Amino acid sequence: MEFSAPVLNYTLLSPMLILLGGALIGVLVEAFMSKALRPITQLSVTLGSLVLALFQVWKIRNEQSTGAAMGSVVIDGPAVLLQASILIISIISVFLIADTEQFTALAASLPGSEEERHALQTGNQVTEVYPLTLFAVAGMLLFPVSNDLITLFVALEMLSLPLYLMAGLSRRRRLASQESALKYFLLGAFSSAFFLFGAAFLYGYSASITFAGIRNAVVGGGGNDVFLLIGIAFLSVGLLFKVGAVPFHAWSPDVYQGAPTPVTAFMAAATKVAAFGAMLRIYYTSFANAQWSWTPMLTIIAIITMVFGSLVAIAQRDVKRMLAYSSIAHAGFLLTGVIALNKPGLEASIFYLFAYGVATVGGFAIVTLVRDSAGEVTDLNRWKGLGKRSPWVATAFAGFLLSFAGIPLTSGFIGKFSIFSAAYESGAKSVVIAGVLSSVIAAFFYIRVIVLMFFTDPVEDGTGVEIPSSLTSITVIFSIIVTIALGVYPAPVLNFISTLATFIR
Amino acid sequence: MTTSNSLVYLIALPLLGAAILLLAGRRADKWGHILGTVMSGSSFAVGLYQLSQMLGRSNEARPVTQKLFEWISVGSFKVDAALLLDQLSICFVLLITGVGTLIHVYSISYMSHDHDRRRFFAYLNLFIAAMLLLVLGNSYLNLYVGWEGVGLASYLLIGFWNQKPAYATASKKAFVMNRIGDMGLSFAIMIAFATVGTVSFEGIKEHVHHTSTGALTAIGIMLLVAATGKSAQFPLQAWLGDAMAGPTPVSALIHAATMVTAGVYLITRSNFIFDAAPTAQLLVVIIGAITLLFGALIGTAKDDIKKALAASTMSQIGYMILGAGLGPVGYAFAIMHLLTHGFFKAGMFLGAGSVMHGMNDEVNMRKYGALRKFMPITFATFGLGYLAILGVPPFAGFYSKDMIIETAFNSGGTKGIILGSVTLLGAGITAFYMTRVMILTFTGKSRWDEEAHPHESPLLMWLPMAVLAIGSVSSGFLLSRGDALVNWLAPLFQEHGEHSELLKPIVVSGLALAMVAIGVAIAFLKYSRQEVASVAPEDVSVFTKIARQDLMQDRFNEAVFMRPGQQLTQVLVKTDEAVIDGAVRGVGHMAMGSGSLLRGVQSGFVRSYAALILVGAVLLIAAIWVVTN
Repeated sequence: MEFSAPVLNYTLLSPMLILLGGALIGVLVEAFMSKALRPITQLSVTLGSLVLALFQVWKIRNEQSTGAAMGSVVIDGPAVLLQASILIISIISVFLIADTEQFTALAASLPGSEEERHALQTGNQVTEVYPLTLFAVAGMLLFPVSNDLITLFVALEMLSLPLYLMAGLSRRRRLASQESALKYFLLGAFSSAFFLFGAAFLYGYSASITFAGIRNAVVGGGGNDVFLLIGIAFLSVGLLFKVGAVPFHAWSPDVYQGAPTPVTAFMAAATKVAAFGAMLRIYYTSFANAQWSWTPMLTIIAIITMVFGSLVAIAQRDVKRMLAYSSIAHAGFLLTGVIALNKPGLEASIFYLFAYGVATVGGFAIVTLVRDSAGEVTDLNRWKGLGKRSPWVATAFAGFLLSFAGIPLTSGFIGKFSIFSAAYESGAKSVVIAGVLSSVIAAFFYIRVIVLMFFTDPVEDGTGVEIPSSLTSITVIFSIIVTIALGVYPAPVLNFISTLATFIR
Repeated sequence: MTTSNSLVYLIALPLLGAAILLLAGRRADKWGHILGTVMSGSSFAVGLYQLSQMLGRSNEARPVTQKLFEWISVGSFKVDAALLLDQLSICFVLLITGVGTLIHVYSISYMSHDHDRRRFFAYLNLFIAAMLLLVLGNSYLNLYVGWEGVGLASYLLIGFWNQKPAYATASKKAFVMNRIGDMGLSFAIMIAFATVGTVSFEGIKEHVHHTSTGALTAIGIMLLVAATGKSAQFPLQAWLGDAMAGPTPVSALIHAATMVTAGVYLITRSNFIFDAAPTAQLLVVIIGAITLLFGALIGTAKDDIKKALAASTMSQIGYMILGAGLGPVGYAFAIMHLLTHGFFKAGMFLGAGSVMHGMNDEVNMRKYGALRKFMPITFATFGLGYLAILGVPPFAGFYSKDMIIETAFNSGGTKGIILGSVTLLGAGITAFYMTRVMILTFTGKSRWDEEAHPHESPLLMWLPMAVLAIGSVSSGFLLSRGDALVNWLAPLFQEHGEHSELLKPIVVSGLALAMVAIGVAIAFLKYSRQEVASVAPEDVSVFTKIARQDLMQDRFNEAVFMRPGQQLTQVLVKTDEAVIDGAVRGVGHMAMGSGSLLRGVQSGFVRSYAALILVGAVLLIAAIWVVTN
């Protein structure tokens, strides 16, 4: 038996390799560096790797190749756009993660134990969150560029496992944080099982694990359709779980609320880009010719996701849970881009993902700022009158909310508008109508928060706004500028996306 | 079409002013108000320049456009951010910047004691810029941006004194009611895009003939909903009275001359849609007629001078909406009334501000009286506005309002008689409540509070009032001389056939003046011949009581909008508690220290989530199964 060494195109893989290298350095730093130097070193290594990776992505922006890793990884226009979006979102999320106040001093200790208190008192803050972030980002970069089912699954686990851990790192309300992490892990494992089951069925159908092979089998026909259908359905369960579509959404409000807010921001924004990226690729390439079978299924899921997310968000009294349900609703809006199955749909989805991701990080960045003596205040009732106490912070938050609501002159409007019109062009009218109606419902609860901040009197209960650290300010300012700029003058970005957004098969 | 590169300055100048004033912060306190006024004034100058250019061109070449940039380009759908200045928008541009600048000047003095005056001027500039964008956008989408912009600026201005709770509530109400209207506009845009495939005025106008009447009616009705929200028309009128809580110059600018007339602009601008959708056009007339009487009746019972004027605005805009609903023959008269109303109502609001300025911010007219002697200039300018709104010849309102009444009568059949009578009746009631305002404020005995020391306002305040008074006197005559405005606007509207002439103009004028005389006479008998109580009497007829409560509009809103909304929310909250929170309550319990982490996890919450996933997976399979078999 002969083995031939795999041929790897290191240039095309470099963004992921840089991140993995950075993560390994991070692990070493965590193990060997003194506690005083650790945080700043970790932050530099993490940011450095992310920026370098972004630079590499920019350099390969015009590449088109399926041969990066023996056919397992495909680099094309959408891949570059999605990877760049993930990296930009990760960079601004890392600025939030740099706030160590949010994280437990010693994640391995029992909540409330002597060790934990000791670690906190001696300032022995562990910073394993940085390498975990890098591992997760590397997985996210791999997810939308995977070109076969095995790589796709490996990427899924690679991005998920660090996230499970990161969800449990909150310093305050640690039990809730750990519970949410455990829930996320158990349910994630459960959905991964579905995913693998679906992958097995697809292999059974097409005798191939590559996307191209599955596509050829679908185009050629003649296989056992039952295998294909079960395969698509179960694979979708795994993907829909990651994007938080109803009824696979149940984890997200708990995890969004329980996880440390910077992690929530990262998770909500970057995971969504990665998961939708992977979903777009597999649906637009492998399953495109089996459209008749999955369109009704995804249409139903999209409609209930939009309607459910929007309706339940109205009833929320906790800002993080509200944003969680809002993100569920947005998953529904984004599914319309998958259903559209045309080039405008792909372009609109990529634009939407980037715009939504940046606004989400910005929104959660504001959440980290509103505090009282015991930490973040997420009870919406205590956000009353924020506009009077901190007009700039409240205005920025209002900007993000307006973008989520899809009000003109914000990126959210352009995103919603383009994704709905793409779906409309492709004939998916029912989903567009449901989308517009639930946008109206959704606009109600976003605007309710704005009314709460600006038109009600503040309550005197010690809720205040932290002076943002310079890193948090960068995140907020960057996010708001992007959100407004993409709403006022989106043409360059839309054109840039348009020139690149074609999947190679 | 002619292009121009200078249109953008109309908007850019006030926008720049707002940006500088907001970003410079306290450093700009000393000169902020001057900068704001200059920016608004320069925009007016650009408007005059554009008008002079326009006058030099032939009818067809008058509209000019300027493409700013490609805004949205998605698939086959393209929208440019582009401006359009034609015969209709130039009227609005000059009204907005002209009256706007006068109000800037007035505010320098009116707000001089407010330590946030700079911020106030920033908001005023922002408002001017947004309002200009509204009337200059070349598509419904661009208009929508301005539409939301004026909304934002008006909340900021109404709520300017938001340290007072009542004021904050008022701006909230305006906010919510306007959202309903805005929703109408966004639906109209979506329907237009779905059926016509474009959202620019030009594009829709071209395609209007091969679009189904049903779609056009739907678009028209949605536009009407939008107009009722912004222009405080029935049934979305309730916010206007409460919005009077804002500073008085704001009321003069936003709630008399400019923003509230946006609905009239929208309908006139969409003339090609309404002309092709008779049902929607009929609804416009009905809404106008209802509001016209509604506002006038509310006006009869208000003791708060600003609320009385607000009710009057509502009623006068009812006239304009009604005029615009009468089709090609009415558009120009609606716009003419809008322009004359811009002068006399803004002038009267500034007059009210001047009175309040002299009376320690007292707004209750029952505590005024005999102010004529102490505020002669205010009395004179307010009085000229009063004569104009009544429609006494040769003041401005005579020309514009009579034309609407006449057109209403001549719109044919029973409809014409009903509409004509309503407008006549409205004119009579207007005369009654405006005379009441005059008598209570300026004549009779003084009923002041002890600490009141009425005095005339300073130059910077009375000068704008005087300029507006000149407009109240002359604008009607100038605009209607030789049908100037009608001919000016004619190229934009469809030709209209000759209408049956039910009543001759002279008869209409006679009837209107008779109604006005009756209204004035009743007011004299009721308020001038008798003592006016300084506290509103309680033993009044049930009609007065209802009118005082704004004809039950709040109760109506409560029953129709608020309660069902609240109930829906409550149901959702309950569902949330029972179904969703049930599964999550573990988190909350732990937060309170019950420490039941393990129990919380093991008692099946994750299992129930997992079960949900399982059910979902089964449903997916089922869905695919159903489709494929």
